[in-house]
Amino acid sequence: MYFNEEFETLPRPALEALQLKRLQAVVERVYANVPFYKASFDRSGLKPADVRSLDDLQRFPFTTKQDMRDSYPYGLFAAPLDEVVRIHASSGTTGKPTVVGYTHKDIDTWSDLMARSFVAAGAHRGDIIHNAYGYGLFTGGLGAHYGAERLGASVIPISGGNTKRQIMIMQDFGSTILTCTPSYSLFMAEEARAEGIDFKKLKLRVGIFGAEPWSEAMRGEIEEKLNLAAIDIYGLSEIMGPGVAIECIEAKNGLHIWEDHFIPEIIDPETGRRLPQGERGELVITTITKQGIPLIRYRTRDITSISYEPCVCGRTHARISRMSGRSDDMLIIRGVNVFPSQIESILVGIEGVEPHYLLIVDRKDNLDTLEVHVEVDERLFSDEIKVLQLLAKRIEKEIKDVLGVTCTAKLVEPKTIQRSEGKAKRVIDNRKL
Amino acid sequence: MKVEQISIFIENKSGRLAEITRILGESGINIRALSLADTSDFGILRLIVNDVETANKVLKEKGFTVNKTEVVAVEVPDRPGGLGAILQTLDSEQINVEYMYAFVERCGGNAVIIFRFDEVDKAINALKANNFSVLAGERLYSM
Repeated sequence: MYFNEEFETLPRPALEALQLKRLQAVVERVYANVPFYKASFDRSGLKPADVRSLDDLQRFPFTTKQDMRDSYPYGLFAAPLDEVVRIHASSGTTGKPTVVGYTHKDIDTWSDLMARSFVAAGAHRGDIIHNAYGYGLFTGGLGAHYGAERLGASVIPISGGNTKRQIMIMQDFGSTILTCTPSYSLFMAEEARAEGIDFKKLKLRVGIFGAEPWSEAMRGEIEEKLNLAAIDIYGLSEIMGPGVAIECIEAKNGLHIWEDHFIPEIIDPETGRRLPQGERGELVITTITKQGIPLIRYRTRDITSISYEPCVCGRTHARISRMSGRSDDMLIIRGVNVFPSQIESILVGIEGVEPHYLLIVDRKDNLDTLEVHVEVDERLFSDEIKVLQLLAKRIEKEIKDVLGVTCTAKLVEPKTIQRSEGKAKRVIDNRKL
Repeated sequence: MKVEQISIFIENKSGRLAEITRILGESGINIRALSLADTSDFGILRLIVNDVETANKVLKEKGFTVNKTEVVAVEVPDRPGGLGAILQTLDSEQINVEYMYAFVERCGGNAVIIFRFDEVDKAINALKANNFSVLAGERLYSM
C-alpha cells in the first residue's frame, strides 16, 4: 500500500533526475533570497550554475545548528514572513531555540510526507490515530496531526501526559494507531497493567515511535507488551519535523527517506568527506522542496548509514539505518534535546555553584531520568539543611524552566567529580539503547 | 559568649563518618558534642571540638567542605522543665531557633544545649537577661 505510488516507487533514474532539477532550483532560490547562503557560496567560489549533477552537491559548504542559532530567529528564511503560516522551534544551547518557518506549500508537503509515512507504517483511512506526541512548538504533535488528517484517518489530538486518561480514551475510542515516543508507550503499558487493564485487549495495531533513540530490543519489548507492530519514524524540526524517514511495515529494516524532497548524504563527521553506501557516519540532509527555510547540506549530527538496495515493499527511496548515536554531545531525554553545555550555563549562572557537574541519564520504569550532580564547596555550603535543599530545588527549577526537562539535583562532596586533562566526562548515560 | 562550631558536608555513602572521626582522632582532636542532620542524599555533621582551628585545617586538607558557625551554649539544670523555660524565653522574645542539640555534662548535674540562631547577639542578651547560664567557648572546648 502506498499513499503516493507514483513518487514512492519512482525508478531511480527518474528520481535522481527529479532531485537534480529540484536541487538546482533550491540552490538558485537560497542564493537569491538568503544572504547567509550568498555569502557562504561566494566564500567557496560557487555559483548556483555549478550544480550540474547530483555529485556537485559535495562541493557546497555545510549548514550547521550554529548557523541557525547565529541567524536567530528569521535569518535563514527564504520566504518573506507574510508567506510563513507556521513557526516551530526546537531547543537551543543558549536558551534560544532553533526557529523554522513553513509556508502553505511547506505544510502541504509535510502533510503529504507524514501521510505517506503513516501508510508505509500500515495505516489507512478509517484508522483512529491516537496522537500522544506533544503539541506546541515541538513539531511532533502537529506534524503527525496534519499527516493523519491528510490520510483521511481520524486523529485524536491527545498530546502527551495524563496517562490514565490516555489509556481510558484508547479503550473507549478504539484507537488503532498509537503515535508517541517509544519510552512513553512502555510507560503507558506499565500504567495500564497497574490499573488492571490488558493492553492486548485494545484495538491498537501499529505504533509509530520516534523523537528519541531506541533499540531493536526495545522494539521487541514494545511489540510484546502492547501487542502491535512498532515502527521507527525519524525527523527533525530543522528539516521538516516527523516524517522525514520511516520504516515500512513490510520490511521493518531501515527507514525510507523521502528522496524526492530530501537528498541524504553520509559523511565522516571528522573530515566532512562523503562515505560510501553502508558505512556509518553523520547524516547530512539537503531539503529540495522547502520554501520557508530550505537548508543546504544540513548536518543533523545523527549517526546512521544508508542503503540503496531495493526493498520488498517496492519503494525505491533509500533507507537509513536506525540512529545509533550523535556526533556531538547532545542527549535526548524524554524526547527533549539537551546539550550538557546548556546545563553548564545554567549552573554557572547560579552564584557559588562550581562548574564541576555530572549528568547521569538513566531509564527507570521506561522513562528517562536525569540526575545532575553538583559539587558543594565552601561558598555553597551551609550548616542548615534547608539552605542546601533550597539550592538543590533551585537548580532543578532553573533546568526545568530553561530546558523543559525534569531532573533531580544531587549535591556531592567536592573533588568527587572526575577532573581530567582533556575533555572532562560530563555525562554518564546508563540507558541500554 | 559565642561558641564556634564546625560543620562538614557529607554525602550519604558508607565510611564517610568513620573517615572524619579517624582524621580528627589522628590529629588529636577531641569531640565535645556532635549532631548529625541527614537527608536522603546528604548529611551535615556539626561538631564542637577542643581545637577548632586544627580540626578545620585537617578536614579541609582532606578535601572536605567545612564551615564555621557561631552557636550559643546554654547550661540547663538537668531536670524536668529545664529546656522548656529557655524555649519559652526565646519564644517571647521572638527569637527563632534554626536547630539545636544537647549533651549532658559528664560530672555535673547540668545539661548543655547548643543553639543555632540567626540573631546570635539578640539571643545571648535575651538569655542572659533572663538569668540563663550562657557558656563561653573556652569553657566548652575544655570540658
